[in-house]
Amino acid sequence: MNLFTHFGRYLLMIRQMISKPENWKLYWHELMHQCNEIGVRSIGIVAIIAIFLGAVTTVQTAYQLVTPLIPRTIIAVIVRDNIILELAPTLICVVLAGVVGSRIASELGNMRVSEQIDALKIMGINTKAFLIMPKILAALIVIPCLVVLAATLGIWGGKIAGELSGILPPQTFNEGLLDDFIPYNVVFAMAKSYTYAFIISSVPAYFGYYVEGGSLEIGRASTKAVIVSCILILFADYALAAILL
Amino acid sequence: MIEIKNLVKSFSDKTVIDDTSAVFETGKCNLIIGASGSGKTVLMKCIVGLFEPDSGEIMYDEGSFTNMAEDERKLLRQKIGMLFQGSALFDSMTVEENVMFPLNMFTNMTTKEKHDRVNEVLARVNLKDANNKYPSEISGGMKKRVGIARAIVLTPKYLFCDEPNSGLDPKTSLVIDRLIHEITTEYNMTTIVNTHDMNSVMEIGEKILFMHQGKKEWEGSNKDIIFSKNENLNNFIFASEFLQDAKDMRMLEMKGKIDDNRNMDELLK
Repeated sequence: MNLFTHFGRYLLMIRQMISKPENWKLYWHELMHQCNEIGVRSIGIVAIIAIFLGAVTTVQTAYQLVTPLIPRTIIAVIVRDNIILELAPTLICVVLAGVVGSRIASELGNMRVSEQIDALKIMGINTKAFLIMPKILAALIVIPCLVVLAATLGIWGGKIAGELSGILPPQTFNEGLLDDFIPYNVVFAMAKSYTYAFIISSVPAYFGYYVEGGSLEIGRASTKAVIVSCILILFADYALAAILL
Repeated sequence: MIEIKNLVKSFSDKTVIDDTSAVFETGKCNLIIGASGSGKTVLMKCIVGLFEPDSGEIMYDEGSFTNMAEDERKLLRQKIGMLFQGSALFDSMTVEENVMFPLNMFTNMTTKEKHDRVNEVLARVNLKDANNKYPSEISGGMKKRVGIARAIVLTPKYLFCDEPNSGLDPKTSLVIDRLIHEITTEYNMTTIVNTHDMNSVMEIGEKILFMHQGKKEWEGSNKDIIFSKNENLNNFIFASEFLQDAKDMRMLEMKGKIDDNRNMDELLK
């Protein structure tokens, strides 16, 4: 199957999942369940990665700024912009593509192989709408929230690292955070996070939904879903930067 | 009643169902039998709409399934129950939630009514005290019974069973066969069972369709099968010498040549 066939089938999947739910209550329940699975269950890993990203960025920026002519507040400015523009949305979403993407692909793949999807279809349920749409909607709701959380914790991590290693005191860091702040950067980060959220949920859903074979194929689909999602995230990263900045 | 007319289904250049026509009667257990790869699963999947046939027609009581719009098919599917080979229970749900799922999706019943209905069908399939167990915590036979309970919870008009005995011991298979037969009569459903289990054929085969290399090779009942002269059918059903002997014995018995134990002893000499 070539790239165009995959792309066409992916577009058809997206189109077919948009339909009136058979039962709003069950769809709402499924949406909430997915918000919990994708969002709440990822908070731990997102928090740990974000804090350390901020801390490492602070230490490495300070290491490169050796001249006393540059004020120390610049470190906070660099940490802030790096975290908001790139690290929080892109790197966290690449991690989420692994965590969430593999889970979605293997869950749907397992349902396909064990005929659970066929069972739903026989009952008269639009399986794409019931299984995929709540995942995409949940990702669109919770992943931007995780990105905001990651940005906050990343900057906080940078501040703590600066203080603990004696690079710059918290007061100086806070001053730097307010220097030349461009609110549009946050809008840009949010645009990125919504785009990535769609990729992270829809691409693995596609690979999982159309699995053929057995457990080996589920593993392969899961790996492929993560790889393709990561590549698409990086491609979208460049495209959005070129268009929006 | 379900009728298929000149059904053809191919994958790439391989024809899996080749111009097959048949009628599946209401209130009876209609069996599709055949060796592995004979096309019986594909035929069943075509009938329920999981595969689209290349040509031919599938008729339900409600009209031509082949020509139905997707919305009409969705409505018809609510009258269809299906038991899958691997039971296809939802892993993340308990037995009770699995059986209740169609009720939650398609009815406006109150919680109490739903619980009552679930308990009623679970009792019907002789499954009690398993409501809160997950599919991974129950045996293969129990999974099949949960699958049947989920299939009949909306009181369907049509019941499809794909290899209901696969992976089960002969005794449990018999229990499942009898259950399917009883439910078919009780609910007056059109039941189609896909099997290659000899016990099922003899136990519940009120109407049997034998598939061979994608074609309908023979049609009849479990009473006719003993006297069938079809070589492919005989090779399939009475594959072992033991079964062939059993068949000969049964034929003699039915012709009245074995009338008591003494006669049988003489024949066995």
